[in-house]
Order: sequence, then C-alpha cells, then structure tokens
Amino acid sequence: MNALIISALLGVVMMFTGIFTKNKGTVKTVALLGIIGLAVVNVMEMQGIKIFGFDASAFMSFTQYGLLFYLIAIASTLFFFLVSANETEKVGNYFADYYALIFFIISGIGLILSFKSLLILFLGIEIISIPLYVLTGAGKNSLKSNEASLKYLLMGAFSTGIFLMGVALIYGAFGSFSIDKILITPETIKSNLVIAGILLMLFSMAFKASVAPFHFWTPDVYDGAPTVFTSFMATVVKVAFFYAFIKLFQGVFAGLAPVWQFWCVVLIATTLFIGNITAVFQQSVKRLLTYSSVSQAAFLMIAVLVINDAAREGFILYSAAYCIATIGVFVSVAKINDYSIEGYNGLAKTQPFLAFVTTVFLLSLAGIPLTAGFMGKFYMLKALIVTGKYLWLVIFAVLMAVVSVYYYFKIIQAMYFKEGNAQITNNLTLTEKIALIAMVVIIIILGVAPAHLFYWMYF
Amino acid sequence: MIVLLLFLVPLISGLVTFQIKSESGAKTFSLLSSIVTFVIALAGIAFYTSPECWNFQATWMGQLGSSFHLKGDGLGKLLVVLTTLSFPIIFINSWNSSFKNTKNLLALMLLAQAGILGVFLAYDALLFYFFWELALIPIYFICSQWGGAKRIKITFKFFIYTFLGSLLMLVGLILIYSKTNSFSLEAFYNAGLSVQDQTKYFWILLIAFAVKIPLFPFHSWQADTYQESAMPGTMILSAIMVKMGLLGILRWVLPVLPFASYTWGDTVSTMAVIGIVYASLLAWRQDDMKRLVAFASMAHMGLMTVAIFTLVKTGIQGTLIQMFSHGINILGLWMVVEIIERKFGTTKMSELGGVAQKAPVLTFFFFVIAFANVALPLTNAFVGEYMMYSSLLTTTFTKFGIWYLVFSLTAVILSAVYILGMAKKVFWGPTNAVTQKGTDIQIHEKAAFAIIIGIILIVGVFPQPLLGLLDGITNDILKHFEKLQELLLSIKN
Repeated sequence: MNALIISALLGVVMMFTGIFTKNKGTVKTVALLGIIGLAVVNVMEMQGIKIFGFDASAFMSFTQYGLLFYLIAIASTLFFFLVSANETEKVGNYFADYYALIFFIISGIGLILSFKSLLILFLGIEIISIPLYVLTGAGKNSLKSNEASLKYLLMGAFSTGIFLMGVALIYGAFGSFSIDKILITPETIKSNLVIAGILLMLFSMAFKASVAPFHFWTPDVYDGAPTVFTSFMATVVKVAFFYAFIKLFQGVFAGLAPVWQFWCVVLIATTLFIGNITAVFQQSVKRLLTYSSVSQAAFLMIAVLVINDAAREGFILYSAAYCIATIGVFVSVAKINDYSIEGYNGLAKTQPFLAFVTTVFLLSLAGIPLTAGFMGKFYMLKALIVTGKYLWLVIFAVLMAVVSVYYYFKIIQAMYFKEGNAQITNNLTLTEKIALIAMVVIIIILGVAPAHLFYWMYF
Repeated sequence: MIVLLLFLVPLISGLVTFQIKSESGAKTFSLLSSIVTFVIALAGIAFYTSPECWNFQATWMGQLGSSFHLKGDGLGKLLVVLTTLSFPIIFINSWNSSFKNTKNLLALMLLAQAGILGVFLAYDALLFYFFWELALIPIYFICSQWGGAKRIKITFKFFIYTFLGSLLMLVGLILIYSKTNSFSLEAFYNAGLSVQDQTKYFWILLIAFAVKIPLFPFHSWQADTYQESAMPGTMILSAIMVKMGLLGILRWVLPVLPFASYTWGDTVSTMAVIGIVYASLLAWRQDDMKRLVAFASMAHMGLMTVAIFTLVKTGIQGTLIQMFSHGINILGLWMVVEIIERKFGTTKMSELGGVAQKAPVLTFFFFVIAFANVALPLTNAFVGEYMMYSSLLTTTFTKFGIWYLVFSLTAVILSAVYILGMAKKVFWGPTNAVTQKGTDIQIHEKAAFAIIIGIILIVGVFPQPLLGLLDGITNDILKHFEKLQELLLSIKN
C-alpha cells in the first residue's frame, strides 16, 4: 500500500522536476532514485514494516503474493529505466513527463493488484490505460505513433465500456461492488444476469491482456508506439493485467467456473495458435515480438484456468522471466538501425556483447532449459498436468512452443550465422551493459534455482 | 566422484576453450581435456569400481522432488567409454582440418560432450531432460555455423524435429511425475502405472527417442543433417548422440512402462523393420558417400530397436554391445569419408575412383571397417548382431520374430552390396582427374585409425569383458518383465 501511494506522489514529483530542470541527467537520476525507493518501500512492506498506515481494507488489501508481484513489476521497471533511458530521451521533448506517466501506471498497477471492490479494479485499469494512450502517442511527429494512439484510445475505451457493463450486471445480481459480498450459490450460477456479466468481464479482460481473438489492436499499437514504450507496455503492464485477471476469476468467480472455464480454454487454445502461427510470418523483429507477447500470454492465461500451487509459483516465475527477457530483447530493437530480421544479420560480429545477451533472452523466451523461461513453462505445464484434465491442451501448448522456437531462433540465426553488417545507432553505455549482465544473471539463476523467488512468497 | 568429474571436466574445459586465443593452443587443450576425461572413465571402470565412486547425489530443486543424481550403471559406463573414447579420436582426426573460429567449434564440442555424458549418467528425470537439451544446443550451433551451404536450414529442421520430441518427452515425464511426486528414477520404476496410462505415456515418450534414433517415419532430418554439417558435428551426432535415443528406451521406457512396452513392442518393431529395409535400399541407391553412411547407420539403429523389443537377455545384451560397436564403426566410416572429402574435394562416388592406388593404407583401414560394418565374424559387430538375430528366434514376447529376422537379414545382404559397391566405385578402378594427385594418410590419421581397428578386433575376438560389464544392467532391465512373463505363460497354459 505504501509503495502505491508513494508511486502516485513520485508521478507528481517527476512532473515538477520537468518544470524546474531541463537537464536530462537530473531527471533520469530522480526517476532512478524514485523507482529504487519504491522497491525498498515494497520490500519493507513485505517484511511487515510500514512507513505510514491507514485503513482501506474495505476497498483494497495486499497479500504477500500480491506484494511479491508488485516487487517484480517495480524491479522490471527499474531494469527498464536502466536499459532504455537513452532511447526514451530521443522520443520527444517531454522527457520528465514520460517518467511521470510511468509512475502513475505503477500506482495503477498497485490498485489492480489489491482490489477488493470491482470499482477499484475499474479505477486501476483506467489509471493504467490513460497514461498508456499518451505514451503510445508520444512520438508526436510520427504518423504511425499517432495512429496507434488513436486506435488504442478508441478500442480501449470500447473495451472499458464493456467491462463496466459487466460490473453493472454483477452489481445488479449481488447488490454490491465489494468482492466479499459476491457469494456464489447454486442459484446464482443459473442467473442470466451473472452469466452475462461474467462473460462481458472475461472478454474485456481478455482484450486488455491481448488474448486472442481480442488481440487485434496489439500488433498495430505495439508496432506504432515508440519502441521503448512498447517494451514497457508488453511486459510490466501486460502481466499486471493478468494478475488482475487471475484474481478476478480465480479469487472472486471461482465458484462460477462452469460458466467461464470453457471459454477460458477456448481463449488459451486460440491464443496459442494465432499468436505463434502469425509470429512465424513476421519480417520485423518488433512486430514479431508483439505476436510473441500474444503467444506468451497463453501460458500466463493457464493460471487463469487452473489455480494450484504450481500455477501460483509458475505465474510469478513466468511473469518475472517474461518481463526481463522481453525488456532485454527490446534493447536491441530500440538500438539497432533496422529492426527487420535481415537487419540483424551479422550482429554477432559487430556487437558481440549485445548479440550474446539477446541470445540468452531469446533462449529464455523460447523456453530452453537452464533459463527462467523454461522453468516458467515447466511450472505452467505442470499446473495443467496435475489437474489430470486438459492433456490435449498441454500437448497443443508444447507443439506451439516448438513453433515459437522457430521464430525466436530465426533472430539468433540472423545474428550468428548469416553474413551481414548490422549496426546500432549508439553504443551501449556502461550502465546499460551492467544492467544487461544483471538481467542475464537473473534469467540463469531463476532457471537453475527458481526456489529463490518462491522463498519470498511464503515468508 | 567419478561421475561428477566426467561431467565437470568437459564442461569447464569447454568454457575455458572459448577464452584461448591461439588456434593450436585450443586444439591441444581440447585434445588433452578429452584424453583426461577418457582416462578418468577408464580408471573409474578399472580401479574405482565401488558404487560410491559412480554415484553422486546433491540436492537441487527439492521442492519439485528432483535432485542432481548422477549414477553409472553398466549401460551408463558402456556409453561413457564410447563417448570419452570417440572425442579424442575426433579431435586427432581433425587436427589438420582448418575451420573458421576453430576454438569456438572445439569449445562447443566439449560442451556437447558434457551434455551427452550427463544424459548417459542422469538418474533423475528432470536432470535427464536438462542434459538432453544441453547436448542439443551446442550441436545446433556447431551444425549451423560450420558445414555446407544449406546447413542453416537443414540444421534448423533437425533442431525443430528434436525439440518437438524432447518437449513431448518432458510432458511424458511430468505426467509420470504427477503420479509419483518425484523425478527420481527409482520412483519411476516403482510407479505402478495403470495399463491405460502406460500406453499414453509410452507414445509420448517414444516420439522423442524415435526422432533421435531415428525410427522410420521420423528419420527425414538425418541424411540431410549428416551431409550438410561439418564433419566433427556429424561424427558426434551419428556415433554418440543417436545412442541417446536407445538409452532413453532402455532406461526410461522399458522398466517404467513394461506393460506398454510389451503391447506396443510389435508396432515399434514393425516401424523399425520397415526402416531397416527402406534405409538399406536407399543406402544402396546413393551416390553421395555421406548419405550412404547416414542410411547405413539408420538401418543398424533400426535393428537394435527391434532387438530391444524382443525383451530377452540376448537381445538386450546384443543391442548394448552393438551400441558400442556401431559407434566405433560409424566413426571409422566417417573418418574415411572425411579424409576423402578433404583430399579430393568431393564425396560423390561417381566422381571418384582408383583411390587404392594413391592411398593404400587408407584403403586397408577402410576395408577392415567395411567388414566390421557388414558384421563379418571376428569383427566387433558380429558379436552383437549374432546375439540380436538369435534373440529374434528365442523371444516369447512377440510372435513375429521370424519375420523380423527375415527382413533384417535382407538388410545384411544389402549392406554388403552397398559397402562393397562403395569400395568398387571409390577405391578400385583407374584413377581419374580428381584422384590423380592423391596422397596417403598422415601419421596422426593412422594413429586414429589404429585405435579404431584395434577396438574392432579386440571386441570381435574377446568380447567377454564387455559382456561382463553389461550382465548386471541387462538383468536389471528384464527384472521388470518377470511378472509379465509369468502372466503370459499362465495364459498360454
């Protein structure tokens, strides 16, 4: 809770920093100190130390699991700041405002991690979405960026409307927004009001988390947005939506599983298929990564379908692995002159370090053992398998994982085996190198000994 | 400790090799490291025979019921010897070959060796899977970076094929794990799975191993990969890595899923027999020596698969011996092919001829290896093949043993046809423009061949020590079939 409020305040601080100084170095430092401070406050809260306390338990409460997830979101943002500050600078003139918007998004994430009332969930979604519309359109002189922003705004507003309609129907059925008041009885399962409400919420959440077939906005928006912000949207924001998704359906509507479970399976299978097959045909790495983010979403979605210990652990692990690896790959996309796959030809010769770290991140996304991505996939598959149902879905997921190897390795092939002369716009700074090494180390540690992460879950 | 050293020495020296600046330094270092590994393996078998030396267990991912458990049983030891012996031979043989970035190639080869040895020694399912992939990734990089013009595409096909198999294997292992709550091999052996479950798991696991072996419908990656990738990669793949598939069946399928292995054994054997005949016919019609050797290897692997599913002692023991002999013989064949390619720049048999006049020593070595390949008595392959054929007649687990025998024997005839055909086209006859300027092999190549010929003859004449090594493990595997055997007999009576 402390981190949430401080993050909102930090947003305001960043806006004022932008007024008082035009020095980009100062802005960067303030933002970095801010996010590190957030991480510290969050860890303190996990240990039971609160800087200030007030009672909001009617609306929101953090579990240990939620706090751990918040920490992962904050840590990923920290890495995002470290590796992409220089590219953020180039997007436009309002450097400090971008950071302010990102801090607002993080406070919004806090809301959707801790909601106890559907209204808070709605607020959280809006607080995340509105800054994202602005960030998407941050490339003011780029037609693509403007188009993406408008598209995102229209589609996002539309899906928010559907979500609100679902909330209204649920309110109509139970007479309260509070999730404690939503008590499932055998009669409620048959109520059309509830069924309609739940399905509306399922589909609008699927839209927010870009689960196929509600993913059509994703490629255009992710492709049009400035690359640095795509990196943030596709990682931290996306997994946060999934957390809310899981909390809503497994926490609140678990008793109504017969109503939505079937649709959930359909969504997973469709996402696996469309995400992976479409990614195979992409020529641009940036677009490829947007489809990869759609297909990775299918594995996160498994935790919406079944929730058990393996899925809870797997979701945390998968989120961390996915965020770090994707942010890492986006570093090369943001830096390279030409982000088509051919543009990567020969990167291993011109930039051996960048090529190596990108390879590790790609291996992790592809789920090769000894990387965090493998352990994430492993836990998710295990979660599905131990239920004893859905064996076909497991095998389908595995087949699609093989397809994903195809397109991730296309980039590795371009970097290492193809002749070419890939160039990057500006060389990696020392800070970026250290941050990238730290990310590689995290990927490997989580791949070899994931228990280090779960330790935080239970203590 | 031996098992841990066997894994760590190649792993660490592989990582070190990446850092060595000079090419000759990297070559010397990798050769020395592979010899050290071989000595460790031999010392382990000769002197440190106590079970503690061959057993290492450390906690790792305890919350998943998995541990870092390496153990060398007879099967493991046999394949460890094959692997650690093959690597020095491969290094010696490619001593004078020049590659771009030699040190990276050598380093990746050592990493692959670490992974392969891990696969052979792992006694924990999750660890087994880890090593399985760890062996695959360096090979993927070796084969895509060095080799023919179409290598990238073809290696990719191989990689996707294998990766699909291994992910299905992972699903199969997790499925069994969901019943045992532990990944240890002992727990798998005592899983007591129901008949329906066994069938399901059998096929999910088998696909991974069938791709590696390769069995008939899953073989299309093989000839292309062998032809296109650089020779060291091909040698590792065909001499050692294909054995991973057989090991998978012997250690992770038969004892864990005995009932399914019995019920579906005939189906697998049929696939294998089709593969034997089909591969032999293809080998016969090839003009490229690399493809010929590739299909010959596939035919031999098919025979071993058939013999495994006879589920009798001679069959399994014969397979084990043949796994070793096949590795040695195929390595010898590849060396011949590689030397010819290096000297004359082609592997097409129609373009060659009269090599015997220019390289008599090479020709002599080739003929010994060729005879071993068609399993002539006194060569190593004879021992194994004889045992395997006799098992087809004695087995009580299948009714079709005699048919398998008839079809596999046609393969033996065909193997004589294509190997001698190769001899005729390449070594006999007049020299032509291509082979005019040929020279004989050098001293280090002679040394490598001498080792191989030595093993061929020793195992062929005096196989007892090897059979002794394999006695225990064969009984251990068949122990799981005793109940089934009694059941079958009682039904018959």
